[in-house]
Amino acid sequence: MAYFQIDKLVKYFGGLAAVNGVSFEVGQGEIFGLIGPNGSGKTTTFNMISGYHRPTSGRVLFQGREIHQLPTHKICHLGIGRTFQVVKPLGRMTVLDNVIAAAYSRTNSHHKAKEEALKTIDFCGLMPVKDVLAKALPIAGRKRLEITRAMATRPELLLLDETAAGLNPSELVEAIDLIRKIRANGTTIVIIEHIMHVIMTISDRIHAINFGQTIAEGTPKEVAANQAVIEAYLGTDYA
Amino acid sequence: MKKSLPPLVFVALLAGLPLIMKDNYYLHLMILFLMWVVIGSAWNLIAGYTGQVSFGDAAFFGCGAYTAGLLATHLGVSTWWGLALGGFTAIAVGLPFGWICFRMRGAYFALATLALNEVLRHGATIAEDFTGGMVGILIMPSFMSKIPYYYIALALAVASLASLQWVVRSKPGYYFVSIREDQDAAESLGVNTHLYKMLSLAYAAFWTGMAGALYMNYMGFIDPNVVFSLHDISIMAILVGIVGGVGTVYGPAVGAFVMVAVQELFRSGFFGLFKWLGAVSGSASLVKVAEVLTQAHVLGFGILVVVVILVLPNGIVGDWPKIRKRVFRLDAGA
Repeated sequence: MAYFQIDKLVKYFGGLAAVNGVSFEVGQGEIFGLIGPNGSGKTTTFNMISGYHRPTSGRVLFQGREIHQLPTHKICHLGIGRTFQVVKPLGRMTVLDNVIAAAYSRTNSHHKAKEEALKTIDFCGLMPVKDVLAKALPIAGRKRLEITRAMATRPELLLLDETAAGLNPSELVEAIDLIRKIRANGTTIVIIEHIMHVIMTISDRIHAINFGQTIAEGTPKEVAANQAVIEAYLGTDYA
Repeated sequence: MKKSLPPLVFVALLAGLPLIMKDNYYLHLMILFLMWVVIGSAWNLIAGYTGQVSFGDAAFFGCGAYTAGLLATHLGVSTWWGLALGGFTAIAVGLPFGWICFRMRGAYFALATLALNEVLRHGATIAEDFTGGMVGILIMPSFMSKIPYYYIALALAVASLASLQWVVRSKPGYYFVSIREDQDAAESLGVNTHLYKMLSLAYAAFWTGMAGALYMNYMGFIDPNVVFSLHDISIMAILVGIVGGVGTVYGPAVGAFVMVAVQELFRSGFFGLFKWLGAVSGSASLVKVAEVLTQAHVLGFGILVVVVILVLPNGIVGDWPKIRKRVFRLDAGA
């Protein structure tokens, strides 16, 4: 049985099938990439995994347990953390307070939450800005805060939604380093990314979807060479 | 420990106040001020910290007041039992309401609180056999002197501020603020937002109900239009919060002082200034102005809020560094 699995997931918004029968399995310790053109259903899939949307049909299984009927906060407590594509910093709190709020998910003691938060901030490299208000951070800092906050809930599975979008080349390198460090720490990662350089470098396997349906799955090399993927990204003229 | 010194000194001063201030009029104003500290702090937790703006604080205030009044008229027990039970009645009304209405966000929730208050006000008016309807409830005050009431009000105010201080520095406080800042993000961090919004509402309802019970005991008379009043209770609670500083521990205490002072300023026609001017100059129009002004405190509130929002959007406490810099020409960092 797979560590994490989604099984024939379907989501209708009115008459529109945003996700239409996507299935994949992720092994423990893997970095699993999810790609597809704009509007192909990647974020909707994430929202179903983390409990923001109820699937119209299909199942989400984490460590053998069905989780698609659970509320979001319970899914967090089970050990699935996520970041948001459109970052959601807790603006009028400092970076440290943002992360403390997240660390409280595993403890009731302020002392322990703060200790855990500082450790996570250090791990993710936000120490220099820990007393800055979250709304004052530049975009790279906000993206990193998303990851830091998710890490402070001590997830076993981390869902990263376009954490590299909008970063400059040197920030990109740092982001890739951080994601590798998180995996080395024993966290399984599912990542949505548009920047091909990033996703091809760090993923062990990639799953490509278009119009809510699976078009390819395999190693980065296999997927990059796949006819359907090239068509989806570049159009039939170039395929 | 050093940080807790100024509040302790301040409380000690307030405790000693009745020894030097024998005037019942000022003691009455101080009791009102302390009552508004309790209500303002409660509103501040649900609206300022948790971000769920309530327009219906009077609902909980009235619950507390009617608990005290009805216990006395129906069971013949002391109205002071209301001070023990009023807060819990308010919670009993608040929790089912919150369970249903916290599905709504932002302005929709605020409108629902407004509706809750109106439902209770009409309910108390219509159920004449039980509540006395518009005739209201009249009780004999327990003490002739105002000093016992002053100390009870002071104890409530100190207890409510101390509990607020404790709450906002612990796990629920962090969760309340994260709900205010971004409810979806809070959910992803493992916050049961529905549960914590209910907790926040229960806290606010409890303290507002306690203030209501105190009001019944102190004033000796309530009717539905007094305790379920939109502009005298609900709006006043919001003003106390906004003027003092939303989302700051001591903001509502400062706001309560300012608002009670402003209210009294208008009610007494600037302490009789215009009446006196009218009498001295013999001008009939000045006498008329004096009459109009005493009824214009709501207008005064409106102007005050506009000024505060324009000049001090974070309230007096929230913008204190700014005030220090502008008025006293001191550096904020120094």
